[in-house]
Amino acid sequence: MKICISSTMDKEGAIADKRFGRCPYYAIYDQATKDYHFIENEGLAEAHGAGLKAAQTMVDQGVQVVITGNVGPNALRVLDAGHIKTFAMKGNKVEDQIKYYQAGELKEITTPGAPHGGKGRNGFGHQR
Amino acid sequence: MKIAVISGKGGTGKTTVATNLATVMKATYVDCDVEEPNGFIFLKPDIKESLDVTIPVPTIDTDKCNHCKACVDICQFNALIHVDKVMVFEKLCHGCGACQAVCPTLAITEEERPIGRIQIGTYGEEGMACLSGTLNLTEPMAGPIISQLKGRLGQETSLIDCSPGTSCNVVKGLLDATYAILVTEPTAFGLHDLLLAIDLVEQMSIPFGIVINRVHESHNQVSLYCKSKGYTLLGEIPYDRQIATLYSNGELLVRQSQYKAMFHEIADGVKEAMACSSSL
Ligand code: SF4
Ligand code: SF4
Repeated sequence: MKICISSTMDKEGAIADKRFGRCPYYAIYDQATKDYHFIENEGLAEAHGAGLKAAQTMVDQGVQVVITGNVGPNALRVLDAGHIKTFAMKGNKVEDQIKYYQAGELKEITTPGAPHGGKGRNGFGHQR
Repeated sequence: MKIAVISGKGGTGKTTVATNLATVMKATYVDCDVEEPNGFIFLKPDIKESLDVTIPVPTIDTDKCNHCKACVDICQFNALIHVDKVMVFEKLCHGCGACQAVCPTLAITEEERPIGRIQIGTYGEEGMACLSGTLNLTEPMAGPIISQLKGRLGQETSLIDCSPGTSCNVVKGLLDATYAILVTEPTAFGLHDLLLAIDLVEQMSIPFGIVINRVHESHNQVSLYCKSKGYTLLGEIPYDRQIATLYSNGELLVRQSQYKAMFHEIADGVKEAMACSSSL
């Protein structure tokens, strides 16, 4: 089974990132080989739908579990449809997440956080 | 001829300037601040027509779909996601039609989805035209409504009441404007927001003039700044109780003769500035 953790860096020992759609890297852990494999978040530059794009990546990578901080409603719908379970991270290191997950200490995320990383409805640059 | 009224932030009196100026200039008023249109509160028009604004969004025939994901790859807006079938996220869809064009099995058809509405009416004694767009709550895309509003304008003089700020909706409102009126306040914040607005109109090469609202004294930092830079100061609206009362009652200021004269002066300044810039 593959577990994906949103990450701030692309190497072991990295700090996990609370942003699902807007983190720079994804750490993909393979439970069979106990190996990490890092991929870049291609959705980082997207003006809209970064979370959706990230969810598509999870589906395409064959991930079954996602561990992150905050997932928007659209992304959660896609993860759900892809039968991917989402858990809330704890502590800060990427490796710790795996330990917590295997110990059954992580809480499943079933309700979405703020969409679009908490930005206003017009995104950045919108002033009122 | 389109005159756009903009402000670096909301609440500066942009709509006050646009509606009163439209009235004295006998111009068409267009409310492009579609997230919070309030010009009609002051103009109190007779609404003649009301129509839905829609954008085409794809629907996918799962029987015809061969899961090639060409549509997912072509969509620039991440509105399509493929899990075990193609999912459509309507609110992200810009209705560009690219997905339909690339689908090899003709599984994609389009359906019109309403995102807001346009109201068209007449205001004032002469029955001048006015238009207002409203974006439905929770809809993210104001662009198509602004485009449709502006698409209905011809050669007549029109005042475009833009969204506040300097977002792409403001740019849409400013496009093809002959002149821009920048509304601000005589404070440090006002000056900061004014600079953002000036930056935008200068980048778009639109000649502009400035109106300062809620002025206590005419030697304020914004008017001094305008003078030092040689910017056109079209007028200053005083800070007084009567204006505040009229505004909160949803009344036009030009109903009162002293304010009417003030807006006529602003209108003359606009006409003069436009005449100068067109003869350059
Ligand atoms: S119409 Fe354009 S924006 Fe909408 S889903 Fe298709 S490709 Fe994406
Ligand atoms: S392009 Fe057409 S056939 Fe291919 S996945 Fe999209 S809907 Fe299905």
